[in-house]
Amino acid sequence: MSAADQEGGGLGIDPMHQFEIKSLISINLGGVDASFTNSAAWMVAAAGCIIALTVFAMNGRAMVPGRWQSIAELSYEFVANMVRDNVGKAGQSYFPFIFTLFMFVLFSNMLGMLPYSFTTTSHIIVTFALALFIFLGVTLIGVVKHGFHFLSFFAPKGLPAVLLPLIVVIEVISYLSRPISLSVRLFANMMAGHTMLKVFAGFIIGFLSAGGLYTGLAIAPMAFMVAITSLEFLVAFLQAYVFAILTCIYLNDALHLH
Amino acid sequence: MPQLDFATFAPQLIWLTLVFGVLYLVMARVALPRIATVIEERRDRIADDLDTAAQLKRDTDDAIASYETALAEARTKAHSIAQATRDRLTAETDAHRADLEGQLAARIADAEKRIDAMKTQALTSVRDVAVDVADAITQQLLGDSDRAAAERAVDGELA
Repeated sequence: MSAADQEGGGLGIDPMHQFEIKSLISINLGGVDASFTNSAAWMVAAAGCIIALTVFAMNGRAMVPGRWQSIAELSYEFVANMVRDNVGKAGQSYFPFIFTLFMFVLFSNMLGMLPYSFTTTSHIIVTFALALFIFLGVTLIGVVKHGFHFLSFFAPKGLPAVLLPLIVVIEVISYLSRPISLSVRLFANMMAGHTMLKVFAGFIIGFLSAGGLYTGLAIAPMAFMVAITSLEFLVAFLQAYVFAILTCIYLNDALHLH
Repeated sequence: MPQLDFATFAPQLIWLTLVFGVLYLVMARVALPRIATVIEERRDRIADDLDTAAQLKRDTDDAIASYETALAEARTKAHSIAQATRDRLTAETDAHRADLEGQLAARIADAEKRIDAMKTQALTSVRDVAVDVADAITQQLLGDSDRAAAERAVDGELA
């Protein structure tokens, strides 16, 4: 596919090439491929950055925080407020998970903005695994907390008996589609943004290599690239925020039903 | 599309679980409690400092109030001292003046008495001189004199 693209486009750039998983260290665990890939490397990098920020930047425990400590405290307060506003007091015990989730997605997205890097969240399997874990966890919390009563979540109160079967079906479908919408939203945003950047970068190369009058035209995709890059930074933050806040909302639903 | 290459799913899932799990443990056990402690300590410290500041402000207000009271007291006291001094001085001056006036009045009365005496004496002398003069003139003109007649005439003129 990539060879055909290269010949057909004549640009020498495959926008999907950046998403390829490459094994760096081959590891085989009882017949299961557990290789340390470029994806794993960037996951470790994201985790390392987060630990550096939240553990080592806080080493001073300064009364008057420095630059890095401020960022760490700001992140803490940001997520803490998010959990408090959306879940309430009952959500306190899930705060570490929401914080880890938000920071992991945020740093994965942001590290993906570095040139030549790899965006771990641009892979559906990663976002889907996170979303499915959240979905199962939240459902489990709901069932443990409310028992059989949890099913009332699918039948809103004060509904006419005629509409009940229809609404229940809709509610169940919408509930089941949560992990899909949650994972696809993040994955699609990351993939689409990076693909678009690569395509427009390809246009610049294309115009420049065409030479002559076309050389001047390269300024147009270049300007667009600059604009899109800043937009992508916004999307990188926003998608992490959306991912975390939807998790909070799902958690709130499970804890308090409707 | 590399995202749909199923062969890459297993390593991604394994490393995601591993990295996310470790990250969660580090966050939950180390990072977040530490940040919470620091933020909590700062909040307590700020609250303490604010309390201290409020206490100090109350102390200052008290000090200012007592200073104002002391000032007002001192002012009243100074005023009353000044008033007393003024009264005393006025009384002294009045007494002194009354004394002097008394003395002066006595001396004036004394002098008037003496003037009266001298006047009476002078008038008496005038009569004697007039009688002598009248007697002498009569003597010179008539060669004869009547002192008693002269005295009667002078008394008649002086009366």
